[in-house]
Amino acid sequence: MTTDLPAQLLAAALPAVEQEHLLEARQMQALSFAVHIPLVCFGIAFPSMVLLVESLYLRTGDEIYRTLAKRWSKVMIALFAVGVVTGTILSFEMGLLWPSFMATFGDVFGLAFALEGFSFFVEAIFIAIYVYGWDRMSPRLHLLSGVPVVVAGLTGSLFVISVNAWMNNPSGFRLEDGRAVDVEPWDALFGNAHLWPELTHMYLAGLIVAGFLVAAAYAWGWLKGRRGRYERIALAVPLTVAALAAPVQAVAGDWIARRVADDQPTKLAALEGLGTTTRGAPIHVLGWYDDGEVRYGIEIPKLLSLLAEHDPNATIRGLDAVAADDRPPVNIVRVAFQTMVGIGTLLAALGVLHLVTWFRRRRFVESRWFHWAVVAAGPASVVALIAGWVATEVGRQPWVVYGVMRTSAAVTGADGVPVGYATLVVVYVGLSFAVAWILRRLAQRPLELPPEPPPILEAHGAR
Amino acid sequence: MALAEVPAVLILVGLAAYVVFAGADFGAGLWYLLAGPGRRGRAIRDFSYHAMAPVWEANHVWLIFVLVVAWTAYPTAFGSIASTLALPLFVAAVGIILRGTAYALRSGAPQDRETEGATGFVFGASSILTPLALGAAVGAIASGRVPVGNAEGDLVTSWLNATSLLIGALAVATAGYLAAVYLAGDAVREGKPELARAFRVRALAMGLVAGALAVGGLVVLREDARPLFDDLTSGAGLAAVLLSALAGLATLALVRAGRYEPARFSASLAVAAIVAGWGIAQSPDLLPGLTIEDAAAGRSTQWALLISIASGLVIVVPSLVLLYGLVLRGRFDPGPPTGQEPPQPQATRGARGLAPAAVTLLVAGVALTLFAHGIALAIGVLSLVGFIALGAVEFLRHETLADN
Repeated sequence: MTTDLPAQLLAAALPAVEQEHLLEARQMQALSFAVHIPLVCFGIAFPSMVLLVESLYLRTGDEIYRTLAKRWSKVMIALFAVGVVTGTILSFEMGLLWPSFMATFGDVFGLAFALEGFSFFVEAIFIAIYVYGWDRMSPRLHLLSGVPVVVAGLTGSLFVISVNAWMNNPSGFRLEDGRAVDVEPWDALFGNAHLWPELTHMYLAGLIVAGFLVAAAYAWGWLKGRRGRYERIALAVPLTVAALAAPVQAVAGDWIARRVADDQPTKLAALEGLGTTTRGAPIHVLGWYDDGEVRYGIEIPKLLSLLAEHDPNATIRGLDAVAADDRPPVNIVRVAFQTMVGIGTLLAALGVLHLVTWFRRRRFVESRWFHWAVVAAGPASVVALIAGWVATEVGRQPWVVYGVMRTSAAVTGADGVPVGYATLVVVYVGLSFAVAWILRRLAQRPLELPPEPPPILEAHGAR
Repeated sequence: MALAEVPAVLILVGLAAYVVFAGADFGAGLWYLLAGPGRRGRAIRDFSYHAMAPVWEANHVWLIFVLVVAWTAYPTAFGSIASTLALPLFVAAVGIILRGTAYALRSGAPQDRETEGATGFVFGASSILTPLALGAAVGAIASGRVPVGNAEGDLVTSWLNATSLLIGALAVATAGYLAAVYLAGDAVREGKPELARAFRVRALAMGLVAGALAVGGLVVLREDARPLFDDLTSGAGLAAVLLSALAGLATLALVRAGRYEPARFSASLAVAAIVAGWGIAQSPDLLPGLTIEDAAAGRSTQWALLISIASGLVIVVPSLVLLYGLVLRGRFDPGPPTGQEPPQPQATRGARGLAPAAVTLLVAGVALTLFAHGIALAIGVLSLVGFIALGAVEFLRHETLADN
């Protein structure tokens, strides 16, 4: 699309600059993502849980569901507010930290953020109508006003993930003198095979993280003796959602891993610590990558070839296929990946245990260790989430746009990155305390439960 | 108008909307901070807070709209601006975090008096800091202090200068002025004449301050940013400035007369006209030596962006009208419930379980996701999602059974 006007040269990509604090800039961006992404999980998953509970109210007329949905909706809008501002920081940082990335490729992927902006609008508008509309409209209309929030949560993550998928598997443009030309944004963003498994993986992660975190709070309450009907429902809903999603995540994980094998062989080699290109490549559980091989790990022969290519004797490209300075830091990527897979496996096992018990006996696993496990599953799921993002984002290094633009060429030339980073650390520490305090206050508010259960329960509740 | 200029107009429209809507939310924070002690101060704080609560998040999105259109349509200019103006933009971003967090804190504990002092100060101070910093950034662009390049401009003097300070101060004053006009109207609607009088005084005072800053500011621009001054005092730029001045005066008269509803619109017009005036004065250059035409992304990106914005607005504008309509008609005001009858319990369906269907979806989903390609793979993934949805319904409809 370029013309040959001299002024167009001026508008060409900003030249790369020396930035001695590249690592701090990356850490600052990573910190901002790590703070924002758990909140995204709530944006994705929590509205559907609230609506599920409210629809139970509409079906049964039982006030207990209404009370729960209403209380959860206050948590939802408080976390949404924090998500709004932490997400805004990310938008700012795109330009503040990576101006050359934006200047060169803003016209390729920017469209997705414009679309995401509209999702954000819809989410903000209807979350307000939903939360401030309690007791202000008919119950059915109120439930309906929450539906756009759920839809916008899905489309919003679709658009944001489309940008990340593009960074990992870039297409839809041609590079000419450091400038993207012949840009086809629709194709770049939505014609990308990397997008769909990544979106599925993230959406399921949202269900798992929000589900286990909310469940953890009520499992803790159970351990402290708060075991009334209200608390049981409040535990059952998020725990069941997370328990259903956790085993499914294993299948989605296999799908994204096979895409990585096709699109980013170097990243796959880093995830598994595969130093040399190997036929019938093994997987190592645990261990440490050192000098081209994994030491002290438990080797499972041919499994990597089987998983990645569905053929035990397939050849898998190792790290040695690219120059040393084109490889990501292997141990960070590999440890993060193993952390994610390990925790994910435990969460799936916990989920299956809950589902089987619930299906056969219609009750929770009634033991303290099960509830302790659910309490641990909340923070553990966040660790898995962050570890997964570390694996994919550090695994993409040294590229910001895989194989096209190095992160070092994208960074700002401005001074003061460490100062900004330090400021942000202080702000986020304060933010974390504030969020903890808000959630505590919301939990401490007295329950407004109806005095006696409505008759429907007796008809339904007799075993 | 050339295709390349359409996004620039949309950026200005988004900026005007941001100032008119979100600006008033920042202004509410200003009045929160300046509410003063005692019962009266508390009434002003509570009212300022409640008025913005349902709308501030939606209003905030206009800023995101401006950012994303800018980086999509004029990526080089965006990269240059973001790198040279890193400092004021970072300050604005931190202000946005602090304000949002303080807001969430108050929503978490509306009756809490013990923390009100600290959160109230953060809330109010960040409400001033953010428009000040964003105004300073606008001043840097308007006075031609942001050259093309990665942090090519001066990282400090680009935004710490007379024009930037003027526009920053004007942004804060405008925010306070808009907020006072809107809040006076809201107070009348809620039948709180004492608060309405308090905000009327504030609206008149801040209107005069904003007017004085605007007039005095012309002198500053004449010295510090001569090209901008020349464009604002001739032709279409002058027309926009005069329109703004007239609308501002009309607002003062309307507020004096206690007619707050029309004053909302004339106040908004005064602000929007100034933003338009800046756009006219800035055109055709975006940054020194870089015209809008030259900075624009390729045609397919421009078209894709315009199509996206058009379809987005088709959904968002009616939604915003719905939200503002509910707020302005007082539907979210405190008071007794206005909802209708609680739902009648419906007989739950019998024992016919969803379990077989859920298991079928799971098995099909796993097999197709692992081994299929193309459409069949997509069906597999959707089956897995269906399994989660059906599974949740199947398990949770038995929740009441678990009581015994």
